[in-house]
Amino acid sequence: MNHLIDISGVRHAYKTESGPLPVLDGLDISVPEGGFCAVVGPSGCGKSTLTKLIAGLMRPDAGSVKLHRTEVTSPRSTVGMAFQNPVLLEWRTILDNVILPLEIVPNKLTRAQREERARSLLSMVGLEGFEEKRPSELSGGMRQRASLCRALVHKPEVLILDEPFGALDAFTREDLWQIMHQVKEREPFTGVLITHDLRESIFLADQVVVLSGRPARTQYVLDVGTSGPRDLDHLYTAEASEMLAILRHQIEIAQGRAEPQASAPARAVQ
Amino acid sequence: MAYVPEHMTADKPPKGAGIVGFLTSRAVVAPIAAVVVFLLLWELIVWANGWPDYLMASPSDLPAAYAQYWELFLIMGWQTLWRTIVGLVLAVIVGVGFGMVMGFSRTMRDALYPLLVGFNAIPKATVVPIVALLFVGAHDFNTILIAFMISFFPIAVSVSIGLSTLEPEYRDILRSLGASQTTIFRKIALPKTLPEFFGALKVSVTLAFIGTNLMEIVSPHGRGLGALFDSGKTNSNYPLMFAVLIALAFLGIVLYYIVVALEKIFAGWAERQPG
Repeated sequence: MNHLIDISGVRHAYKTESGPLPVLDGLDISVPEGGFCAVVGPSGCGKSTLTKLIAGLMRPDAGSVKLHRTEVTSPRSTVGMAFQNPVLLEWRTILDNVILPLEIVPNKLTRAQREERARSLLSMVGLEGFEEKRPSELSGGMRQRASLCRALVHKPEVLILDEPFGALDAFTREDLWQIMHQVKEREPFTGVLITHDLRESIFLADQVVVLSGRPARTQYVLDVGTSGPRDLDHLYTAEASEMLAILRHQIEIAQGRAEPQASAPARAVQ
Repeated sequence: MAYVPEHMTADKPPKGAGIVGFLTSRAVVAPIAAVVVFLLLWELIVWANGWPDYLMASPSDLPAAYAQYWELFLIMGWQTLWRTIVGLVLAVIVGVGFGMVMGFSRTMRDALYPLLVGFNAIPKATVVPIVALLFVGAHDFNTILIAFMISFFPIAVSVSIGLSTLEPEYRDILRSLGASQTTIFRKIALPKTLPEFFGALKVSVTLAFIGTNLMEIVSPHGRGLGALFDSGKTNSNYPLMFAVLIALAFLGIVLYYIVVALEKIFAGWAERQPG
């Protein structure tokens, strides 16, 4: 099967003053082209390290991180990133913030074309009319939308989202989940979503990877069974409840609070 | 999808336009009123205590002093001003240089910080005679040197802190796109440090004036408002001395607001809209 993202047997340790601190130990994740993979796990288990590996900002000690079957050795412009902190540049307007990647990634677009591209993205996420505002004039949810546009403006193949909705209130978050689905329909990408929110993971992704506690390995992979846009009501079905229960149980195992059961639910794939 | 923005910022109604509107605005009236109140209080205290001219001048003595020495005030005020500005420009160049080195390299920060703090802790009044002897006769150079030495520290510290506290995500956003270190500096680190830089520059402006006048007073060579102050002291001309102080305060205010104007132009984004 053709996987766009292929992470296998990745091990990594940070060098600290008290010796190496292993964060990843046997990480395997595969995401097909156009897929959306959510990664959940206990706090501090190395999820953010994972995003840096995919983005090429770091190299693993062992194992391989491949995009299109090519080893990732350095940053590449086919990746877009958004973080929990929207990190918008306060001295730029929203429009210029979204344009930023186009100033760095080699491209032949004129200034007018860049603006047009940024404007169309902004209107897609409902930020029409805010192009000339400063980030400080926008609410948290709006800033996060702008950050999403910036991550997508150069049409990346891979979109890495590191808890992008973590700091938002529940309703704004649900708003953004819906927008995420709309965006993915119009701007196809292969997504990796780091999150702490299990509902978010099954609502957005088509595959949920549960990482064990540090050092993290792939502990469990859940096939959500749906891909593409879905309704919020989907979260309140018996099927969704069952998946959430499985994930909750897996997280408890990862946290060391529950023993792996022999009768583990059989939804796991691979 | 029916989408309702979380909040809409309505455009503010236009304020009273024109020059009359500006002159009657709070930004102009409030500080002038404060100055008037200050002068009245000063006059009142001198009058209530019955202090004679040779003990303490009052505001009403000053116009006479300015009228008598106006030419000296212009010449020496200019001497003080340009030497302060040159010292300040040097402080900006060297301070930003140190700040960048310490902001980007932990090793350099660890190495240079104690040295700079120690240097800054030395009272510059003690350095004045050393400099005056070392470069004897080079009045302009000595004055500029002291103005520079006293004012570069805040700039170096603020730039280094601004650069070293840059959130890693800012870097990651650009690095993940393959941006070079120079691009990251130009697009992010430099503009992000500007508010801190201007904050420090406001402190440095007043410090540079202190430096210039220290040299002019401690090592008088007949130049600058400091020398004029010193001659007032020698002649027990209190109105002249106080007139010099007010002139210095005036120059300080002018330079300060020039920095504020520059800040508005280059780092105006950092100012929050009221309300």
